[in-house]
Parts: sequence; C-alpha cells; structure tokens
Amino acid sequence: MSFLSLTDRDREEMLAAIGVASVDELFREIPEGVRFQGELDLEPALSELELVAHLEQLAARNMDTGRELSFLGAGIYDHYVPAAVDAVLARGELLTAYTPYQAEMSQGVLQAIFEYQTAICELTGMDVSNASGYDGTTVAADACYVAKHVTGRARVVLAETVNPQVRQVVKTYAPGFGLEVVEVPHRDGVTDPDELGAAAGEAACVIFQQPNFFGCLEPAPDLAAAANDAGALPIAHVDPVSLGVLEAPGEYGCALAIGEGQGAGNYQSYGGPHYGFIAARSEYVRRMPGRIVGETTDIEGRRAYVLTLQTREQHIRREKATSNITTNQTLLALAGLVHLSWLGPQGLREQAETCMALAEHAKERVGLPLLFPDQTTFKEFAIRVGRPAEDAIRAARARGVHPGYALKRDYAGMEDALLVCLTEKRTPADIDRLAEALAA
Amino acid sequence: MKLIYEQSQEGRRASSLPRNDLPVPEIPAELRRARPPRLPEIAEPELLRHFTKLSTRTFGIDTGFYPLGSCTMKHNPRVNERVVNLPGFRDLHPLQEDDGAQGALELMWRLQEILAEVAGLPAVSLQPAAGSQGELTGLMLMRAYFADLGEGETRRKVVIPDTAHGTNPASVTMGGYELTPVQTDPRGNIDVDDLRGKVDEGTAGLMLTNPSTLGLFDENIEEIGRIFHGAGSLMYYDGANLNAVCGISRPGDMGFDIVHFNLHKTFSQPHGGGGPGGGPIAVRDRLEPFLPVPAVVREDDAFRLDYDRPQSIGKVRGFGGPFGVFVRSYAYIRSYGPGLREMSEAAVLNANYLLARLKGAYELPFDRLCLHEFVLSARRLKREHGVTALDVAKRLMDYGFHPPTIYFPLIVPEALMIEPTETEAKETLDEFVAAMLEIARDAAESPELLKEAPHDRPVRRVDEVKAAKRGVLRYLFEDHPDLSTEPTAPRQLEAQKGA
Repeated sequence: MSFLSLTDRDREEMLAAIGVASVDELFREIPEGVRFQGELDLEPALSELELVAHLEQLAARNMDTGRELSFLGAGIYDHYVPAAVDAVLARGELLTAYTPYQAEMSQGVLQAIFEYQTAICELTGMDVSNASGYDGTTVAADACYVAKHVTGRARVVLAETVNPQVRQVVKTYAPGFGLEVVEVPHRDGVTDPDELGAAAGEAACVIFQQPNFFGCLEPAPDLAAAANDAGALPIAHVDPVSLGVLEAPGEYGCALAIGEGQGAGNYQSYGGPHYGFIAARSEYVRRMPGRIVGETTDIEGRRAYVLTLQTREQHIRREKATSNITTNQTLLALAGLVHLSWLGPQGLREQAETCMALAEHAKERVGLPLLFPDQTTFKEFAIRVGRPAEDAIRAARARGVHPGYALKRDYAGMEDALLVCLTEKRTPADIDRLAEALAA
Repeated sequence: MKLIYEQSQEGRRASSLPRNDLPVPEIPAELRRARPPRLPEIAEPELLRHFTKLSTRTFGIDTGFYPLGSCTMKHNPRVNERVVNLPGFRDLHPLQEDDGAQGALELMWRLQEILAEVAGLPAVSLQPAAGSQGELTGLMLMRAYFADLGEGETRRKVVIPDTAHGTNPASVTMGGYELTPVQTDPRGNIDVDDLRGKVDEGTAGLMLTNPSTLGLFDENIEEIGRIFHGAGSLMYYDGANLNAVCGISRPGDMGFDIVHFNLHKTFSQPHGGGGPGGGPIAVRDRLEPFLPVPAVVREDDAFRLDYDRPQSIGKVRGFGGPFGVFVRSYAYIRSYGPGLREMSEAAVLNANYLLARLKGAYELPFDRLCLHEFVLSARRLKREHGVTALDVAKRLMDYGFHPPTIYFPLIVPEALMIEPTETEAKETLDEFVAAMLEIARDAAESPELLKEAPHDRPVRRVDEVKAAKRGVLRYLFEDHPDLSTEPTAPRQLEAQKGA
C-alpha cells in the first residue's frame, strides 16, 4: 500500500519540466560517499487489510482494562471517556491541522485552545494557561525553568510524595538548567510543612502533589504558605478530576499549577500521547513556555483569536527563548476541553465524589491494613498485603484482576505495599472481586 | 462566533455518570473547594454543534493543500486511526506488567529496529515527546558522554548554522550549553572556512538539519564530519527534514552520532492543531549506555522494559513515550516497507516540480536542485510593488490553499518556504502554481488584492499587536472586555509563521 498519487505519465511530465532525465538525478548533489546503497532492510509492505490483521494480532497480546479488571492508577487513570470526545477528535479538520500559525485559516482550533486555557484557569484558579505541555512530567520541568528565572535561585525542592516519574524527569532536566534537586521525605504519607519550609530556604520553587502519589490529601495550603514564607514559588501538581471537590491551587497561594491531563478526556494508551497542563499567576506570563492564544479582533472589528506573546518563543527569541517547545499536545488538550464541557461543574463534582466513595468502600471491603491509616484519601489508597507485593499481584492477575501498583518500585521499605485506584468505571461488584482476588 | 462559555446555562449538562448509595467521605474544610469551576453547562446537541462549527473554521490536510515548509504536511491515513483505537492499545495501562503488554512492547521494539535501520545507527530510544525534546535529549546525551570522558567541564560549545530552526538554539540554552553560530556560504551550505575556526576541544558538537531548512543537501557534509570528529566532538542530526532522504542517504552514514525523528512529520502522525508529535532518537554504540530509561529489549521471544541502565541520563518523559504515536508511525512505515525510498523520491520530485514552475516569477536565492522543500523570496515584489511575503501568503488563502512557511529561514528576506510532500497529486501542484503565478502578476497590477487578502475566511487579517497588548488569554465571564470597540491597527508582525 502506498499513499502516492503520481502516475508514470505525471512523473515524465514533471521530470521534463524540471529538465532532468530521471528521479535519481534529483539527488545528484548528495555526495557519492554518503549515499545509501541498496534497499532498506525492512519487512515487505502490507496492504490495508494485512496491516489491520497484523496490528490486531499485536493488540490481542495486551491485557487492556477491558480484559482484566484493573485497579491500576499511579498517574494514569481508567476514567470514562465520553463518545462526544471521540466524535470531535474524528473531525478531519481538527485532526489534521498543523500549529495555527496563520490565524485566518485556524480560527476554530485557536478558539478551542482559548477555551481550553479558560477551563484550565477555572480548574486551577490561575490567570494564564498555555496551550498544553507534553505530559504531567515535563510540565514540572518547565515549571522549574520558570521558577529559576523568576527567582534567580538554583535549587528545586520536591516532596517525596510527588509521582516518582515526575521527580525523575525533573532530575534529568535539572543539570542543564543549572538546578540542584532536594527531596523532602514524607511523614506518615504526607509532607510536613515545617520540613518543607526549612528545605525551601534557598529554593526557586517547591513542588508538591495534591492528592499526592499515595492518594493522600496533603495539607496543601500549609505547604504553599511554607514555600511562600521561604521566598520559593509554590507549585501544585494536581489531578484535574480532584478539582471538582478539592480547592484550586490559586486559592491557597500557589504561583503555578501543573498536572497530567490524561484523566480528563484521554485514553490510557500505554502512557501517551496525553497532555500536561501548566498554569500560572499573571505576573509570570512572560516566562511561560509554549504556545498561548489570545483574543483580538480582525481589521473589521470581529472577534478573532491568534497565537500571542510570541516573543517568549523559540522561533523569535531562539537561544533566549523561555522554552524550546514547539509541538505540544493540542489534540489531546482539545479532548480535555470536550470532556470537561461534557461533564460541566456538576458532573466533575459527581465524578470526583463517586471515585472517592468507591475508594472508601474498597478500603473497608478489602479489609487489609492501610499503609497510612490516619490520612484522608481521594481515589487511591495504599494497603499492606502481608507478602511481597508482586506475589499478590500475580495471584490476583491469575483471577483476572489487576489489584494495583507495587510501591516498592519507587519507595524503600514498602515491600508489601500496593497502591489501589478506583474510578467511576468500577462498581461495588468489581470491588468484591478485588477483595476475593487479594485474599487468594 | 460565541465561546462555549457564552452558551452556558445554569443547570444544563451533557454528562450522565453512574451513581451509587455509598457515603462520600468528608473532606477537611480547608481543603474543600469553595467555588465550583465555571466549566461550560451545555447539553450534548449544542456541544457537538459547537465543536463541529470550530472544525469548519479550521483548515487541515484533509481540507486542502498545506505546503507549510519544514512541517511535512502529508496525508494521514485513516487506517492508522482505526488501529490506534484497538482496545488492546487504547485501553492499556502503562504500568501493566510486561507479560500483559507483550503486543505493545513488540510494536515498540519493531519500531526501534526500523528507526535504527532508517537512521543507520544501532540504538534507539522512543521516549522523547517531540522533535524539540529529542534535541534536548541529544544534548543531555552529549553532556553525559563528555562527563564520562572527563571532558564535561571543557566542552561547552554547540555549533549551529544560521539556517537552523529556532528550537536548536533554544535547546542549547536549556541543555546548559553555549551557542556558536556558523554562517551559510553562497551555495547554501555551511561555510566551511567559517566553521574551521570555530571547532576545537571546547566544542561538544554540531546540530545540523540536512537537507537544511533551505531544502538543500550540504555538499560538504563529509568534510564537516572530519572537522567535528577530528576535534573529538559529536554531530547531532535534526530530523525535521528526514522526509527527503529515507532510504537515500542515512544520517549515520553522513557521520551523525545522534539523530531525532519527527514522527508527526516523516511518518504521518496527525498533528491535531499543534500536537501530538513524537521525537525518538537514534545513536551510535558509544552513546547507547546514556539513553533514557526504559528501553524495550527482546529476550528470545519475549519483550520487556529494561530499567537497568546505570549510566542513563534518566527519564525525559513519563513511561515509554507517546505510544499512540508509535502505533500510527509503525503502521505508516509498514504500509511502505522497503519502498520508503519511493516516499522520499516522490516528495523530492514534487518539490522540484514546483520549484521549476515558480522560479521565474519569484526570486530563488540559491539556484540549485532542491530536495523535499525550497525557499523562494518575495524581495523583488516588495521592492517593486510594495507587497510582502505575508501578502502573498494571505492571498493564497483566497485560492483555498494553506500558505507556506514565511519569514523563515531567517537568512532569506521575505522568505516563502514551500514543502508539497509526496502525497499531493500533480493536478494540485498545477493549481497551486497557477495561483502563485497569478498572485505574482496581481502584485504588479492589482497589489490591493494581496494587501487586503484574505477575503473569504471567517475573519480578515487579525490585529496581533492588540492581542499582545491587551493580554486577554482566557474568557473572563462578566468581566470579559469587548475588544471590537477598541481601535484596530492591523500592523502585522513579520514573524516566522511555520516550521
């Protein structure tokens, strides 16, 4: 199969117009020594039918959450994606557009981004959002870069209760940014504000997560206050679904709010593509990374949208840009916008409450000791299974249930701990199966 | 048209979710949300109409010809959308145990093998989320490599030609390096004499796009390789223009040590109005130990994620990378097989055909055969008739074409950077040529037609200065300003639009 339109006759006419005898001649300026000889060692071309059959075979060898009853979360969630999201994303104009450099050709996608920015600001209580970042990990690195330039400080403080993948990405970026990374350990599953404040003394920013990686509710206002007192920018990493019931970071003094958008509108997709969001108070707008859409008018005074504040960006500022980002995740952010519009404020709150109620029910029904019994949790909680976590996972999976994530992969001393996640897609009957599988 | 928030009515909703009688636990008062977010309250019929209307006000490759230079706007096959939505891919959790993700891991492993073959380099990481993140990852690899050699403190400079994408210098700064610019010679190649004086034991490496953003293959690439490798430096290949040379010339064979792919360009991931993309990197053996974790490895007939890489730079993105992008790109490549070369040949043929037909009417700063794209200049039109590249771009909209990239690369004044891609039919190219020739004539005879364009888009030219000055970056509900009452000065910034 190929997607080419040129016929032999087209080729002849085109070569004649160019004034060369063959297609090979078009490559004559490539030095002989660097030309590839022979044929690429790739498997033969497939027809569309063969291709579908091949990929169906590969897909069938994955245990997706339709085949295995899953309680996996830990940053990526099996939330329901409404049919309206699929319908909008199937619109070819939106699917196959490039970045909206030419505003007159792109009013639809520009307006959608503006509406997305509004939704993110409403969720987080911030003044400005960009058009999206790659995912919930890279926006944390982006936020550190903002903080470094705003404060002139060279240290980043991470609560140990922040998603380990987020922390790993920040640590990978930090040397290039000239930043040192300090981590603050958890105390009984949450972060101690005094300890965080002490570490924040010379820091550009402090990143904490609400709800945190263990599902526990952090004393977020106290953490933000501790960072502010130390002159470090408080940055909250938040789950958009939780913001139906939990306070917006902008309301408790955060400078920036970031997060993984996947749970609002994107499928799990083995880790991507998804969208990360980054939003800030207005004073930091000129340090924001990536695309931002603003409202304006056309020459006739009609409302119009356009990429704006581009003097921050790499194609104008080059080595002085606030970020190197060009491609972002607009299509996935659009899915987020459709999803949040489908939910509305009432739907978002109901969804959050349903997850929370199911999680609370699961804690009791499973009946295993909680790792952090004194904490309020959102849709995830950690339990002790009384044996190596991988053994419990293996035994449960043999019964068609994936019971959760083994915390020992990231935390010392949690050999028998399992992080269990409940979304609105699970039912009390599913929870019964979980309890039975964990008892096996 | 109205914003979705302006259609909102209290109490209206599209969603229905399962409810149960389970008690909702109490959230401590200081953590509880005080005021609900003002998300749209809208029923599903109006929700669908709203986004359908937005789609009709958006131009995609499905709508028409999109010769946006350096962006490789080729056809996006729909079979790729079908397979990416197979539940086994779409609903797979990234922390699923390896034995429950064998199909996904095999696909990633196969894609790694394919990209290694196309690059001519042995080791691949799929993790970077986009080309610019691939660049930054490449610079992190340079840093780790030289630190391992004990040269981390001394090798501080990265050389970049003046034709480079803005991402290259921006990545250099974010990677903690210093920029050394190098000029372009009169044939459009790197100025080798300028280069020689700039490469020494303080140089970490080169970042180069080849063919360049001028659409020209650097004829001195072998000499450039000798200069950098002679100084112990590394060479980074920006794969933005790889669509020109698949199966024709491999970056590894050109001497490059690190390559990034733009999966959304070369291998047809739909760009969705700005993303997603994918920016895998391929490297030489000696850089493999530093690649991000996890890598997908094969052991007999089983595949697994390998985190045991003690010298790895770490992670640059969550999980294994943008998996859905891998599915689409893998499907695209498997549709061509070894015939990937024909894809690049057609892309180059299409570009040269347009170039041959247009170079009489527009200035051609570097009069050579091009590869997948070429850069014209509207400088003469500006000098003689006062119309600019921007005016040409806006007038093309009246013909139903998306404009090319303009004002880039920076070394060409009034640049029009045109990339047709391989998937366009000759008739489309002929229609585009006819429009461009007519526009060149109108520039002389009726310049106002260009100055006032576009005429039939949902909006006329937009006031970019007002957008930047007013800073209205979200809907402000009852405080939202009415910008139509404020004076408009349609002075367009002559900024790069595209690439």
